[in-house]
Amino acid sequence: MMTFDQNAFLIISTASMIAISCGLLGVFMMLRKMSMTGDAISHAVLPGIVIGYFISGSQRGVEVIIGAGLLGILATLIIDFLRKKAKVQLDASIGITFTLLFAIGIILINLLAYKVDLDQECVLYGEIAYLPIDLWITNSGFSMGPRITWLALLNLLLVGSFIFLLFKELKLTSFDEGFGMVMGIPAGAINLALMSMVSYTTVSSFDAVGAILVVALLVVPPATAFLWTKDIKSLIKLTIGIGIGISVLGYYLAFLADSSIAGMMVTVGGAVFLISAVLTSKKFKFRLGTQSNQEAFNS
Amino acid sequence: MEDFLYFFSFQDSSIAFIVLGITILGIGSAYVGTFSFLDNKALLGDAISHSVLPGICLGFLLAGEKNPLYIVGGAIISGSAATFLTSWLKSNTKLSEDSIIATVLSTFFGFGIVLLTVIQKTGNPEMAGLNQFIFGNAIGILEEDLWVYGGLSLIIILSLSLLMKEFSLLVFNQEFGRAIGYPMDFIRLVFNILMILSVVIGIQAIGVVLMAALLITPGAAARFWTDRLSTLLILAGLFAVISGITGTYISFVLPKMPTGPWVVVCLSFLALISFLFAPKKGILFRYISRRKYLRKTHRDHVLKSLFKATEEGKKGLNKNELLSLYPHHKKETLGSISYLLKHNQLNNIQGLIELSESGKTEAKRIVRLHRLWESYLNEYMNIAPDHVHDSAEKLEHLITPELEELLDNRLRYPKLDPHQENIPRDHDDI
Repeated sequence: MMTFDQNAFLIISTASMIAISCGLLGVFMMLRKMSMTGDAISHAVLPGIVIGYFISGSQRGVEVIIGAGLLGILATLIIDFLRKKAKVQLDASIGITFTLLFAIGIILINLLAYKVDLDQECVLYGEIAYLPIDLWITNSGFSMGPRITWLALLNLLLVGSFIFLLFKELKLTSFDEGFGMVMGIPAGAINLALMSMVSYTTVSSFDAVGAILVVALLVVPPATAFLWTKDIKSLIKLTIGIGIGISVLGYYLAFLADSSIAGMMVTVGGAVFLISAVLTSKKFKFRLGTQSNQEAFNS
Repeated sequence: MEDFLYFFSFQDSSIAFIVLGITILGIGSAYVGTFSFLDNKALLGDAISHSVLPGICLGFLLAGEKNPLYIVGGAIISGSAATFLTSWLKSNTKLSEDSIIATVLSTFFGFGIVLLTVIQKTGNPEMAGLNQFIFGNAIGILEEDLWVYGGLSLIIILSLSLLMKEFSLLVFNQEFGRAIGYPMDFIRLVFNILMILSVVIGIQAIGVVLMAALLITPGAAARFWTDRLSTLLILAGLFAVISGITGTYISFVLPKMPTGPWVVVCLSFLALISFLFAPKKGILFRYISRRKYLRKTHRDHVLKSLFKATEEGKKGLNKNELLSLYPHHKKETLGSISYLLKHNQLNNIQGLIELSESGKTEAKRIVRLHRLWESYLNEYMNIAPDHVHDSAEKLEHLITPELEELLDNRLRYPKLDPHQENIPRDHDDI
């Protein structure tokens, strides 16, 4: 069974690329205490996807990505509006915004069902297992390989260069927005750019892993890494490692259990998170006596 | 229209049943949700509602069919696991609350999807019914299930009403409750169980993903209308019931439509109305009262300028002189002048605008407050005389007669302010 399997390789590498893109963005979302905003965005892009699909007539149109990007930004703006103008507390504004936009998305899917070949389940779970048969075929009829893999690669490159180019700005505004402002960094613009990257990543990954599992990939690897380290560079490295690890393990476990690959990846991620949480928890350290004196003093 | 009459006349007993069920269910979730909203834990409901999915699937796998007891049991178990995990992670790791909730929510949901695909592969014909947990279908609830869910909702509503005092303590001031001897941890446990129960029941109608709306939105919307807990709960329940019935009606007319999304859209619409138009807290109301306040302060400033002009020995100022005092506020200044003229605080005597008797009294009051506050800052806070003006410029509109009396007393009824200007009294002549 462990011979080289091209499909397995393709699926695992695509899943890893998606997990890495999500993880990279997720690190900054977590540092900004915006993990739930990420959750909200990934639900909120749904109407954008449906409208884009409706306009372009295919799931692959640029319109889909633009629609989703716009909706992602709209969601952040609505959350901000509710919080600042209507003075609703943050968690409630997030809850109200994403449920409304998601509901509109589902209604649109049902209204346009005759026109749009999208079903609600596919949006929610995605299915990466069909990746090898969903090929990108050029106009001359030449097959370039799986479409989603290309999308994931493009996404990874964009996210990677986004983080690489704006690393200093992202870091500063995540830790100390006021100081960032003083240094002349437009915190609002950086924030919106990050949100747009998150919405773009959600769309680009949603037919592979589904809208809700994107959230898991955004949140779980960074949270797990954060349990082990506080340094931002090792945080990023660890997040990437965890992303790849859960892709590999998730694929083979899903193969064994004959279940959804994306779901299994998240389950594995959850298990890794839980184990890390137990190992790094205060009580556990105390019992094992592995705490260094300095740490014991601090806690 | 026929559908409408058919639906709302309840001649079909199953529709009457469903509407009754939705009503009880909506009230139950709005009730619990409002408490958790007040507790600043609105998203915990979201976490729980995503987390019950694996429990539902496990219950289904064990029972081999859609047995409500197994499903509710499974859901309660996984919902409790998620709640417990959330609070354990919060006290034992350094992660922030929103990371914890997002992590728990998405992992449980991911695991639920794994189980769902496993069930799909078994080819169980009852599988179709399971999908309705994800998007909700009120019309599809069977009558015998309705008894179970309706009964549970009634239990929720009753226990929340009977233990209202304990839960308000939990939400508003836990420490106080503990101090006067209430078992707060136990009360929180009961509350969490009620919350899980209401989620389990609610997702029948509205689905896993959107359940959060049924918990959060009614409370958040109702909060704009009232500050009283009892009114808040009644309003939240009312919003939930209206939306629940509307959603059910729509999925009755369009059988392919899931109920959940329409309930959410209707709820959000009610919430939007509340955010915009509610008295006191609504955006519109706050905008209007801010405009009113700004106009009032500008009028105060116009009166003050005229008073200063009389201090300098002029009888009044003409319109252009007044306008040139506020270079970028032409419209406001003209508005203030015409308002004050209409209310007889100013007289327009051949183009020269003068203070009337009542205008003089008012102007004296404002200048007095301004100068009293300047003196107070100077004398008691040791702020230099050239630094006190800006603060006084704001406070002169706000100081109440009681406060004025107190200031005056404290400063021993001064005659002069730190700039050696006269502090005008009502009986003074100018």
